This record gives sequence, C-alpha cells and structure tokens, in this order.
Amino acid sequence: MSEHFDILVVGAGPAGIAAAVSASDSGKRVGLVDDNPAPGGQIWRSGASPGAEADQWLTKLNASSAIRLQGWRVIDHPERGRLRAERSQECREFSYGQLILATGARERFLPFPGWTLPNVMGAGALDAMVRGGLPIAGKRVVVAGTGPLLLAVAAHLSRRGAKVVAICEQARPGRFVPFAAHLLSEPRKLLQGVSYLTATRGTQFYTGCWPIAATGGEKLESVTLERSGTKWDVRCDYLACGFHLVPNLELAGLIGCRIDDGFVSTDELQRTSVEDVFCAGEPTGIGGVDVALLEGRIAGFAASGRITEAVKLAQRLKRRVGFVRALRDLTALDPKLKKLAAGETIVCRCEDVSYGAMRKHAGWRAAKLQTRCGMGPCQGRICGTAAEFLFDWRSDHDDSHVRPPVFPAMVSSLRTTHINTEHDDSLIVPGTSTSISKETP
Amino acid sequence: MPESTRSVVLKVNGLPVTVASGTTVAAAILMTGSSIRTSVTGEPRGPLCGMGICFECRARIDGIEHQRTCQILCSQGMEVHTS
Amino acid sequence: MSDVWDVIVVGAGIVGSACALECAKRGLRTAVVEGRGVGSGATAAGMGHIVVMDDSPAQMALTHYSRTLWADLSGNLPADVEYEACGTLWVASDEEEMQEVRRKSAVYTSAGVATEILDSQMLSDAEPNLRQPLAGALLVPRDAVLYPPCAAAFLLGGALRQGARLYSRKALSAGAGIVRLDDGTDLHAARIVNAGGTEASELLPGLPIRKRKGHLVITDRYPRFVRHQLVELGYLKSAHSLKSDSVAFNVQPRRTGQILIGSSRQYEAEHSAVDAKIVDSMIERAQWYMPQIGALSAIRVWTGFRAATPDKLPLIGPSPADESMFLATGHEGLGITTSLGTARLLVDHLQGIQTKIPIEPYLPGRFAGSEAHA
Repeated sequence: MSEHFDILVVGAGPAGIAAAVSASDSGKRVGLVDDNPAPGGQIWRSGASPGAEADQWLTKLNASSAIRLQGWRVIDHPERGRLRAERSQECREFSYGQLILATGARERFLPFPGWTLPNVMGAGALDAMVRGGLPIAGKRVVVAGTGPLLLAVAAHLSRRGAKVVAICEQARPGRFVPFAAHLLSEPRKLLQGVSYLTATRGTQFYTGCWPIAATGGEKLESVTLERSGTKWDVRCDYLACGFHLVPNLELAGLIGCRIDDGFVSTDELQRTSVEDVFCAGEPTGIGGVDVALLEGRIAGFAASGRITEAVKLAQRLKRRVGFVRALRDLTALDPKLKKLAAGETIVCRCEDVSYGAMRKHAGWRAAKLQTRCGMGPCQGRICGTAAEFLFDWRSDHDDSHVRPPVFPAMVSSLRTTHINTEHDDSLIVPGTSTSISKETP
Repeated sequence: MPESTRSVVLKVNGLPVTVASGTTVAAAILMTGSSIRTSVTGEPRGPLCGMGICFECRARIDGIEHQRTCQILCSQGMEVHTS
Repeated sequence: MSDVWDVIVVGAGIVGSACALECAKRGLRTAVVEGRGVGSGATAAGMGHIVVMDDSPAQMALTHYSRTLWADLSGNLPADVEYEACGTLWVASDEEEMQEVRRKSAVYTSAGVATEILDSQMLSDAEPNLRQPLAGALLVPRDAVLYPPCAAAFLLGGALRQGARLYSRKALSAGAGIVRLDDGTDLHAARIVNAGGTEASELLPGLPIRKRKGHLVITDRYPRFVRHQLVELGYLKSAHSLKSDSVAFNVQPRRTGQILIGSSRQYEAEHSAVDAKIVDSMIERAQWYMPQIGALSAIRVWTGFRAATPDKLPLIGPSPADESMFLATGHEGLGITTSLGTARLLVDHLQGIQTKIPIEPYLPGRFAGSEAHA
C-alpha cells in the first residue's frame, strides 16, 4: 500500500518549503519529500543569512500540516500519480494527486589538474560539510569558480572562523559589479559581507581569475591561481570551487515534462507540460532564493486550487525575469576554462576516465560506451555536465531519455511488487512470476 | 556547528571517534584525517558535491557498502569503514 | 563520387567489425559503413558473454569454434576489452535439473568441450552467494566474458590498421554491388556484407529476422560477489521459446566487480522503454537464486534488441536474393560469442576455402522458398 497525498512536493529547499507551506494552508494533505537529514536544501544549509529568512520559513514549515518525509530519495516515477523512494534499506511508494517538483540544482565542476585531491570540493559542498560538523576554524580556504554562491560561502565560512584567503570569480569585473545587487535575498547584507571580508579579514577578491592546478600529496596543500596571464600559488587547506549551478532535471525528464533550453518549461502558474505536475525553483531557471520562494508559493497555491493568490504572486515573479537572465550572463563561463584539463586530468571520477581518453570520441554516447565515463554511480551528473562544456557535447541525463532509477537504488527497489516490506527473501518462491510465462517443456 | 551538545561515539576503521550529535559521517571520517574512499585507480578521494550526487564520500556503514556519508548523520555505535 | 572496394561491410557492431578485420587481414580492400558509432547497437546493450551453447548441434559447433578463436585472441586484447575466462555455471535447482546437467555434460564432452559436474557443496564453495542448497551445476570452465563496445572497437581498429576504411555514414540502400550512403556517395564492391543486426532488413527487406527485446540491470562494484557467469537451466527454454515474454536467471560479473543481472526476452515489444513488469520478474528470479542480490546498489537499467531468426541460428553466407550480398546477422543472444567464428566462415566461404566447421546450417538460403517471414 502506498501513502497518498493530495499534493506531494519533492525537494525541501526554499522552493519546496514555500510550496509545501503554501499548499498545506488549504487543508489538503501535503507531503514534502527530501533526501537530506534535514530540510533547507543546499542554499539554506550554506546561506549568507541562515538566520532571518531561512528560519522564518522553517518555522512556518514546522507549524504547517505538511507531512515531512525526510531522508527519502526519489528513485522512480513508475506511473502517473506514483513516486517511488528509498531511505536506508527501505523502499516505499507515495501516491499523489498533484506533484510539485522542487529538485533544485547542483554545482557545476570543471576539471583541472589536481581537482580530485581530498579537500577540493564545491563551494556549497564545503559549506554543507561545515554545517555537518567539519571543523573550519583557523583553516585556510580559497573560494573559486563563479556565481553568487561563492560570496555567500566565503562570508559564512569566515564567520565560522575560517581564514578565507581569496575569492576568485571567473567573470570579468564588467560583468560582475552590476549584478552584485541582484544576487541574493539580502543584497545589502551581501555587499556588507564582502567588504567586511576584504576590509577586516584580509580576503583578496579577484575577478577574471580561476584555479589552474591543485597540488598536494594525500590531500590539498596549495592552489595555483591564474589571472590575466599571471600565475601564483596559494597555500590552503580547502579549495571550495564550483562553477555556478545546473538544474536537477532527471525526475522531471523521467516524468516527461518538456524541457526547453536546459530548463523545465512552466507556465505562469508553474505548471509543466504534464498534467498535475508543477515545477518550482532552480529547475525552471537558476534564479536564487527569491525566485525559488516565489515560484514555490505560486506552485503551492496553484496546486491547492488558490488560483487568485497564485496569479498575484505570478505578477511579482515577472519582475524577476531580468535577474534570472542577468545571473545567467554573469556566470557564462570563460572559454579559457575549457583548457584547464590536461590529457591526464580525470574527468569521470567514478570510473577514473581522463580528458585525453574522452576527447577522442565524437560525442557523449560514444565516449560513454568506449571509456565508460558517465557509467558510474553519479550517472553522469558530474562528468556529463563537465563534458557538455569541455567538448560541446550534449549529455543525455537532462532530456527525455532518462530511465529509472534516477539515483542508484537497491536492486530490490526496482521491483513493482514487494514494495513496503522489509527485504525478505522468504517471500520469493520460484516459478511464481505473475503473468510472465516461464517455460516448461 | 550542529546545534545539540550531545555526543555520539562511533567507530571509523575500528577506532572510536566522538562527535557532536548532528555531525555527518563524512565530517567524522575527515576529522580522523583519513580520506573517505580510494578511486578505481587508487587515488585518495574526499567529498566533492556535499549533496549525495557524486558518490565520492561513499563508505561502508554497518556492513552496507556505497553509503553516501555526506547525507548520513552519525549515530551511536555506528561502524564505518573506508576503502 | 564513387569508391570501389573488394568488400563493403555494412554495420560495425561486433559481427561487422569481426568480418571487416577478417577481410582486411586477408588483403581484401575493405570498406566499413557505420552511421552510429562502432559497437553501439545490440553490441552495446548485451552482457558480453562468450558461451558454448547446446541448443542444437549447429549452435554448439559455432559457439565452440568461435570461443576457441576468442581464447586464441585473448592474449592480444587490450585491458579495456576486459576479457575474463571466468567460466559458466549452469545451475540446477533440483534433481530433475541435475539430470539435465548430466545430459548436457555428455553432449558437451562428445563435442570436445571440457566441463565439470559440481554437486551441491562444490557449487556453494564456488559461489557462496547462491541460495543453498541447490542441487549442483555444470561448470564450463573456458567460457568467458568481455566488454563488447571496446571489443568491437578493437576489431574495427585492427581492420583499419590493415587498410580498411570507415565511412561514418548511414547506408540508405545496398544491392547489386552498390551501397548508397546518406551523403549521396555510392560505394561499389563485388561483395557486400550485411551485418546490420536488427536493421539488416532495412537493406534487404524480407529477411527472417525479428527483434527480441532484452533487459539488463548493472550494479555498483561488489568484487567477488559473483565469480562465474551464472545461468539457470531454464535459460535455454527462454531463449528457445517462441512465446512472447520470458525471463531466465542469468548474472555475470564484470572485471570491475559490477554485476550484470538478466535476462529477458520479448518478441512483441517494439519500444525501447524499460518494462517494469519484466524487470520485476527478472529480479524476482535473480533473488530466488541469489537472496542477497536485492540489497545491492543498482546503477542503471536498460534494454536492447537482439536480431532473432526462426531457428535460433544466424544467417551467414550469400543471400539468395542478391548474389553480391552476403549476410552476417541474426545472432540473437550469441553475437559476441560467435562473431569471430562468423567472420571466419563468411570470408572462407567467400574465398572458396573449406570452412573449419560446416557452413550449411547457417546459410541464408535455408529460408528461401518459405517466404522468409519469421
């Protein structure tokens, strides 16, 4: 038996939380599924202002009637109205009347020599690790890549006692400065944070700058930065490096939602091309917390039948379109970043496939078949995303060829029967497959 | 730091480790100075994405392989083995 | 623009690549036409087993002959082909199936294929993760597994180094000594080899080939969880069957420690989408034989289509419809196994050389006059 929800929200980042809160006001039975130990998604685990806004929404969520399905990872959408999810060694199905996808985004990683060393990780990733208990006080950190996340992470880590030695934004100054004010939910505070960092903590802020190598024995010891042809080494304990965000589209693709230009296509009420399925937040366009909250609220109201409220908010969202575009322009990657990887640099970390091995092939599919890149447990999310940029290939994990499971799952979770039971092989009797003939002479 | 001041004692590669409640297994492993996994060609690796996608943080927990330690909280008596 | 060749091989799957290499090795001016990338059809979708099968004497002869060719080649195969002579265990779940094991053993022995009969204890020692107790198994020690896309690339690469030329284009038509490509080029040859697999009928309509869909699951790395290819004895019934849908237990280790879980066969399925009911049934079967397999982490599920003929034997040799056309297709689940043997038979026959095993059972002419519809 699967548990039924009138409205089921996937992802408990800002968009999902806003959707769940807004939908549950209506008295409908609302569920919120999320694969992390606690809600908040990525940005609110690493936000510049974990206090004000995140706390308010989490309080609202706790006060709402939304049922929290924390720790469940969605692996399949077997048919209309049904989701399948796993938590630890358990598999369960949830049925829904309306579905709101708020699956968020992940960081884009670009390979460069030494990027696989321990203590090189994403910007949001390092922040998440610190929130998960990793000691950072007194550690030297270089933050690099592109996008507003870098500043948020740098400010937060600095408040936790890290020595943020440098922030390296690949965008050139002409692009960066005008957009700084649009970036996060509290731009004034953000800019204050930046000047605080540079003025009092000695953080160097560079634009048009990126790491070209990470060096160390068993783990990171220093990073080589380049800016306008000048290279220099920085000793550090951690490199927090992410090149902006890419949307998590796999579940939307599996369900059959139309995807345009790399994002889920939605109307002004956040409806996708699939009936009863909504999408809110980063998968519809990378727009940060403000946009995610608005879209989540619109989807929550629309899914629960409160169209007037939804339409009102949709008007406000229209004003944000410019910011979304601005953010995209800001984080457009410098083509020089394609040249960071050398022949031996690993691109697929699951299978240890090098740039040189992949480059020989005509496209992603041929590279996959011949080198096994993208065939590991990340299902191409890390290397496929990088390969799209490095080789101008079209990776296949963001389009309609998505097959279940959308994350690695237990073999037994791929079954249609025996869901909702503990793994119990005494239930399995030979020769009793339903409706599939097993030949006897 | 995680909110609670309660401690959890778990084992990482056979050695007892004490962490604050709310600590992820990935953080606990890193605190012992160990890398989390060894790649297929023998490189030491640690967490990359921090959100359960890259699998670089995977380790064996209580006998079960390939667990994403960045998304799992330490619990009392847990036994963690890195590759 | 037109090019003239001794042989044009259409299709660079494992069979086409093997044929191309054989032609090139013998000094034939060889062209290969492949529109989608070497080894990207059924070759990419299958398990990659090299297995001697006794569904018929002709099948046994071809699979044995070809397995020996693979073994001879194995020392030259690069690491990415992942050739592993792990052997096959035909697993018997009860005494009735043990009788079948003994019968099979006799057949294999008389064909010169080494086997060993394992009792219940020996089987559980050989494969500790199999359910216990089972009745026993037939071990075929020299069966092997490999990674097919790289194997096909290796063979094609060998052909190219021996002077063959690859046209990375789709063949729109082939016949009367001409292959027309989708860029308007015509290639001319005395002989055209149709190694098009499930698409062979596009070039030669009316071929007795039907698509037979299969499903596979691959797990994360669990070294030594399975050590041999494991097949239930019902596999042959499934492969032999004309009924629409069937599953049979078949798991295989890769050198990486990943496990491939199969197998399924469906005739009436045109779409490549994963069929949840089939996967359910396939895994149920696997869980019966290996109770712990359900707890392993599965990374991917996919489907593929085998090219199947009515009598389970491939089409190797001249087409009765066109004297310039040769066929090398219809290998169902034995394409990897019999690719090398197919190439030898085909090119021997083409050159009027005595074949090492009789080619008659595989000649396409055997279907002429029966309207060639499967």
